[in-house]
Amino acid sequence: MSSLAARNDHLPALLPPVFSDWFAGRGWSVRPHQMAVVEAVEQGNSCLVIAPTGGGKTLAGFLPSLIDLAEQGGGNGLHTLYVSPLKALTIDIKRNLETPVEEMKLKLRLEARTGDTPASRRQRQRRDPPDILLTTPESLALLLSYPDASRIFGNLKFVVADELHALAGTKRGDQLVLGLSRLSRLAPNHQRIGLSATVAEPDKLEGYLGRNGSVTRVIGRGGVKPDIRILVSGERVPWSGHTAKHSFGELYETIRTVDTALVFVNTRSQAELVFQELWRLNDDGMAIALHHGSLSVENRRKVEAAMAKGGLRAVVCTSTLDLGVDWGSVDLVIQIGAPKGISRMLQRIGRSNHRMDEPSRALLVPANRFELLECRAALEAIGEGILDGAPREQGGLDVLAQHILGMAASGPFDPAELYEEVITVPPYGDMTRELFDRVVEYVATGGYSLRAYDKFKRLYPTDDGRLRIANERIAQQFRMNIGTIVEDAKLKVRRKRGRVIGEIEEYFILGLEKGDTFLFAGQVWTLDSIRDMEVLVTQSKSDTPQIPIYGGGKFPPTTNLADILRKILAEPERRKRLPIDVQDWLRMQEYRSVLPRQGELLVETFPRGGKFYMVCYPFEGRPAHQTLGMLLTRRMERQGLGPMGFMCNDYALAIWSLRPVEDPAPLLDEDMLGDDLEEWMADSSLLKRTFRNVGVVAGLIERKHPGKEKSGRQVTFSSDLLYDVLRRYEPDHVLLQATWREASGGLLDVRRLGDMLRRVKGCIVLQKLDRVSPLSVPIMLEISKLIVGGDAADDLLDEAETDLVAEAERML
Amino acid sequence: MLVNGARLQPDVSGGLFWPERSVFVAADLHFEKGSAYARHGSLLPPYDSQATLETLENALARLKPQTVICLGDSFHDAGAGQRMTQEIRDRLRALCSAHQWFWIAGNHDPDPPADLGGTCVESLAIGHLAFRHEPFPGPATGEVCGHLHPCASVAVKGRSLRRRCFASDGARLVMPSFGAYTGGLDVFEDAIAGLFPGGFDVWMVGRDRVREIKGSRLSVPARLARDDAPGKMAASAGKER
Repeated sequence: MSSLAARNDHLPALLPPVFSDWFAGRGWSVRPHQMAVVEAVEQGNSCLVIAPTGGGKTLAGFLPSLIDLAEQGGGNGLHTLYVSPLKALTIDIKRNLETPVEEMKLKLRLEARTGDTPASRRQRQRRDPPDILLTTPESLALLLSYPDASRIFGNLKFVVADELHALAGTKRGDQLVLGLSRLSRLAPNHQRIGLSATVAEPDKLEGYLGRNGSVTRVIGRGGVKPDIRILVSGERVPWSGHTAKHSFGELYETIRTVDTALVFVNTRSQAELVFQELWRLNDDGMAIALHHGSLSVENRRKVEAAMAKGGLRAVVCTSTLDLGVDWGSVDLVIQIGAPKGISRMLQRIGRSNHRMDEPSRALLVPANRFELLECRAALEAIGEGILDGAPREQGGLDVLAQHILGMAASGPFDPAELYEEVITVPPYGDMTRELFDRVVEYVATGGYSLRAYDKFKRLYPTDDGRLRIANERIAQQFRMNIGTIVEDAKLKVRRKRGRVIGEIEEYFILGLEKGDTFLFAGQVWTLDSIRDMEVLVTQSKSDTPQIPIYGGGKFPPTTNLADILRKILAEPERRKRLPIDVQDWLRMQEYRSVLPRQGELLVETFPRGGKFYMVCYPFEGRPAHQTLGMLLTRRMERQGLGPMGFMCNDYALAIWSLRPVEDPAPLLDEDMLGDDLEEWMADSSLLKRTFRNVGVVAGLIERKHPGKEKSGRQVTFSSDLLYDVLRRYEPDHVLLQATWREASGGLLDVRRLGDMLRRVKGCIVLQKLDRVSPLSVPIMLEISKLIVGGDAADDLLDEAETDLVAEAERML
Repeated sequence: MLVNGARLQPDVSGGLFWPERSVFVAADLHFEKGSAYARHGSLLPPYDSQATLETLENALARLKPQTVICLGDSFHDAGAGQRMTQEIRDRLRALCSAHQWFWIAGNHDPDPPADLGGTCVESLAIGHLAFRHEPFPGPATGEVCGHLHPCASVAVKGRSLRRRCFASDGARLVMPSFGAYTGGLDVFEDAIAGLFPGGFDVWMVGRDRVREIKGSRLSVPARLARDDAPGKMAASAGKER
């Protein structure tokens, strides 16, 4: 106790006695980074706090406002705005803040506001804002769209932006930062405190907080390096698949030895499967729970509450638990499947053990050999302190369109002024006035060269050259459509004559027939019927459900992770740390073919079963490989090679054809990204899906009308028609441009494909083989699974696996 | 395709050709649907009338019928005629005067614009076929109607493909919608399936041609695959309006 007091003594007297007494009373010391924030704010700066979870980051964010409120008193309108990407987090943070506020007897009002807040309270919050409001980017956008926004935010002193690393580079981040740009106008003197986990490029985050120079960076003390292991099962590492079934026995034994384990997986279906398998093994009757985005909110809250009480031994979860409040009891994080990203992995690992002096513990469980290489790459990256680069530079034009309409809803605006405001924030920093004006024009009239809608304008010019919203109905419509997340249509799943279990994507249900069984919420259900947007189910006695087949996650491995993965193949020294059977596999590959050296792209060709195969290994992730596969088959078609199909995963691409590829280099030239790409993209269903999302966010397609809900399916259908018509008659329309921009970085990953093609130019290594190579076995197995198809194919698959491996390993 | 003895040709445009009588039929053109939405603040691309008209022009130039029947809901609403651009209006007028042209009244356009030419009628009988917008409840041999915008889904290699379609049991025919922005109703909804108590087949409109698919080959949407209380769903599913 005395040492704590001693440390507090030499800190500047910035902390009012009531605070230092409170800290002392709890037996806590103020952490240096918390004091650094108070100091920086005292000097008038904004602050970016970078610290691992559990470092008292949240309190650091709120200390300056609490101190200010304690000294000046509350009740002068909104004083502090807290924005978090998670609704649940706003509630939890509120609860956590209430303790110090009560114990220090601070007189202030603290309230949360999300889409779930009752309308009456939201109205009251507008009329009479609390001192501290905890909210989400969507709710902020809504508040800013009211004509009284300047009154609500006029006295704002602080903005605390939490989990900034998770928002940056996403559409919700764009929305937040556009909202902040408006707050700069409404309350020019407010200061910002951003809270973030460790990131590769903190400069990018500082841009979210203010102009250059005025942001102080505060780095919290990092914890001890995490203790990460890869589970190498006693059985062999599987050649393919995503279930990691081979290691469930050991996984279960591991869970038995810890207090609480968080078991992360990459997809919902995987979560269901792992949960089911663990229950099957659960002879000890351990409390194991399941948590993913499709389960009902009540269900999830129940699990979270049990977790907070320390009543669970393990939770199988998806990214739904990536962020959130700290649970002290978690002492092991398990990642099943490929980690996909270094930062993502660190975020997940950080969910375990929040004591600063002990390492977080994590166990990576790869489901197949390439995933093992990826796990190894993640481990090396973390060891070497390499982080992922920033994901996306350009802000979404659809989000901007939404923002512009929101600003119009709050009052007439001068386009020139709004442009100046918007380009102060990094995602829109390099936007030209011309492009901005096109987005404004889109908002006003639809932006069509055929000026058909001049009489239906949404924005009208006023006498003084500003733009005002046409009528209140447009503003209301806009407020109903706020938000940047476009979800697939979902149906509620209800037990027949019982309660709601959760929600499931409509496209999945459309593929099922009455009587089909599927795994959901940890149990096998039989589809009974669908009525009034609800799926009625009964519990099934069967334990062989029909599960969604899609196995891998939707995210490609990040570029830096892929880079290290390639290095592991290229550098013999790094391979020594791999399990023996994987080392054998790679040695066999060197013997039968080659392992690509750093910077090289390996292309193998071989005949099999009367067809000719070409397999390459770019390691750029499924979306980029999918695009590459589409483009390559088009080119091969033109060369008369008779391509018949292709298959890709995150690591490799295989194409089979009637005639062999003799020279892959010209095929893989980056000029494929010209006309071929244009032509293919035009018809790609992925582009149509992107267009749908862009259209909904930009307000072309309505999410919902006052009084009636449009089902997601209807949106899909009509947006395809809109897309076709728009492409035909106005191919340069700003929403098509927005769609292209988004797809090139997202679903189609053209940008990454382009980088890869440029990188490997002149470094393509061709291996003409007489049969499958060891490295190609995993992707070849996926092909045989595709061709055989369905669930009943497992026996055939086993057979195919034995054959392929034998063929690959045959010495002569 | 045989409907009540008449040999008909479902066309890739979504229209129907009757070579023997040189008749072309197009249902549910919904001209100016885009601008109807624009009036309510959804500024959809204003090219739907143009797209629909071009498809129609191309089909007529290719098939060269003497008679054209627009099977109702040709105009999305009463103001559609006024909102059309002069160019579209002129081109439509040219088509009307080059053919024997019939506008059948629909629920969206009980009173089609008079200044475009053509003859407005409630329904029309030619040979053994009767053309009207909405189907008569109960059996109606020889009826060719629109209104319902039928679509069908078929599962191929694990993918569900959904296209607009013609649906017929050989006695009556329900036509797909022709307009560029028109949505669809699944053929297994009672509003459509109920017209064919003995079952039906469909002709799905693809990109390059129309494909005949047996009714037994189609996927029944799960929400309709149930054995109790038929008829309840259809009312709430409704058709797009």
